[in-house]
Amino acid sequence: MLGIGWALRRFVRSSDDFFLSGRSIPAWIAGLAFISANLGAQEVIGMAASGAKYGIMTSHFYWVGAMPAMVFVGLFMMPFYYGSRARSVPEYLKLRFDEKTRGLNAITFAIMTVFSSGISMYALAKLLELVLGWNFHASIVVTGVVVLAYIFLGGLRSAIYNEVLQFFLIVLGFLPLVLLGLKDVGGWEGLTSQLSVVATNAGFEPGAYTHSWQYTGSPTSNPMGIEWFGLTMGLGFAMSFGYWCTDFLVVQRAMAAGSMTAARRTPLIAAWPKMFMPLLVILPGMLAIGLHATRGGFLPIGSDGHPNYNLAIPMLLAHYLPTGLLGLGLTALMASFMSGMAGNVTAFNTVWTYDIYQTYIRPGQTDRHYLRVGHVATVVGILASVVAAYVATRFNNINDILQLVFSFVNGPLFATFLLGMFWKRSTGHGAFSGLLAGTITAALHYGLTMPRGATPGIHGGFLGATLHTYPSEMALNFWTALFAWTSCFITTIVVSLLTKRTKTDEELRGLVYSLTPRIQEGSMAWWKRPVTLGVAVLIVSAILNVIFW
Amino acid sequence: MDQLDVRIPIGGMFTIFGVVLIVYGLVSDPAIYQRSLGINVNLWWGLVLLAFGLVMLWLAYRGGASKPKNPV
Repeated sequence: MLGIGWALRRFVRSSDDFFLSGRSIPAWIAGLAFISANLGAQEVIGMAASGAKYGIMTSHFYWVGAMPAMVFVGLFMMPFYYGSRARSVPEYLKLRFDEKTRGLNAITFAIMTVFSSGISMYALAKLLELVLGWNFHASIVVTGVVVLAYIFLGGLRSAIYNEVLQFFLIVLGFLPLVLLGLKDVGGWEGLTSQLSVVATNAGFEPGAYTHSWQYTGSPTSNPMGIEWFGLTMGLGFAMSFGYWCTDFLVVQRAMAAGSMTAARRTPLIAAWPKMFMPLLVILPGMLAIGLHATRGGFLPIGSDGHPNYNLAIPMLLAHYLPTGLLGLGLTALMASFMSGMAGNVTAFNTVWTYDIYQTYIRPGQTDRHYLRVGHVATVVGILASVVAAYVATRFNNINDILQLVFSFVNGPLFATFLLGMFWKRSTGHGAFSGLLAGTITAALHYGLTMPRGATPGIHGGFLGATLHTYPSEMALNFWTALFAWTSCFITTIVVSLLTKRTKTDEELRGLVYSLTPRIQEGSMAWWKRPVTLGVAVLIVSAILNVIFW
Repeated sequence: MDQLDVRIPIGGMFTIFGVVLIVYGLVSDPAIYQRSLGINVNLWWGLVLLAFGLVMLWLAYRGGASKPKNPV
């Protein structure tokens, strides 16, 4: 079964050359690729781990976070991305602001890709350890070598087609798992009663793991340790908008669409399957923790004394699926890890070679020279991922560390984009100092606070004094993002007002809202317009919030 | 059509997966289905995958015939 998967993947890989075909991808394919681009280990393992650790509140990543952000990027930000001809986020920043803002963003983006690929690497190695019984360290090495081969053999040339294929592979590979698990515990009611045991054991009201809003009045009464304000502003606003609006791995997929309207519709179409993803990735985590509490020791206990939530999906696979279907599930998992890693390492390679090396270190060399540098960057990226993979072993939920990285990088960046796109007065000096201030603020906040029960170090509090203790890692991440966003927002405004604009109105045409001609959609049927689609997405997510209140 | 319709490889792959799972479900030892609550999931899910694969292929076939339209 694994063999068939690989053989077919190879066939798909060589039979199409996406980037040569230019902007001609239909919106539904771009839409699926849009969500597939982040349906890697982060999503599958991380969201299941969060479902096990935090319960249904994890759904806020979707119904409060991703949905409004995807509507926003489709309706308001895509026109500038699609119209600016920029090929990457750093490039947009260069066009809009200046060279140094681009440089700073290129560096933080490179760090982010290394962490993302390292986390995928950790998840894959853990899976190999669990299923094949390999040694964890050996699994890391094998994973690194395989990814290296995959990239050098040109595995990403038709990334978008692969991603669509993978989307169906993951959905169809995991759905039987969810159905069997639900049947086993006796449906939603059975799960609710199991999770009330989990909640009571942890000292919460019985419904704390199955209600997404009801217990958010105070941070001490829910497993995520956050109240409604930090949730909506930290996660919903700073972090999710930051991620969906500025992560180019994702935004780039929409830019492959055939027209401006198709590009704007891409995130709005993608929002529909995304909306129901919690069923596939969060529910298994909740099932796993329910089984863990009521049937004893379902999840292995980590060195920190807590269950290793990251293993929720692999344990369920091994528990429910017989030979045959198990192969399909494992293929789906490995495919997503592999492409998640390869995608991030390739992005690292691109940013390093073109946005950093070619711009600042050695400009004006031959193409062959840069190609060689790119190869070296790939190897370096993989080695750095290995380090990040070991950092990830220190977290019992990979989503915690992933969102931590996002809060550093995407939180402040979103403030920069917001001001850059909607306020033509913001200047290059302002954007640069804002971004710098935002990142430093994130580091200070992370260094001066800690999640409950942690020791100073990798989990925060490394600056000596601990000013505040959050009930969970995730709550700390949300507040880090919010502080970083606010500091970047204010600093950019203040410094912009103190400095002169260096770009003329003419140079900013197509990059700033007030200097870009409005898009005319009068001729389109009302139900085809992006605005209608966006409003529909928001209404349905609001309904989902109410159902699981 | 200068490029392959993505529905063809997807449809082809799931059709093959479906057939393999159905055959395996028919010949395998029933004892392995204890863990899946006594349900022969290979057989049933194989049927689902086969149906999905065939629908994808059918859509590709139908879409390919009337393609020259503007694909927005």
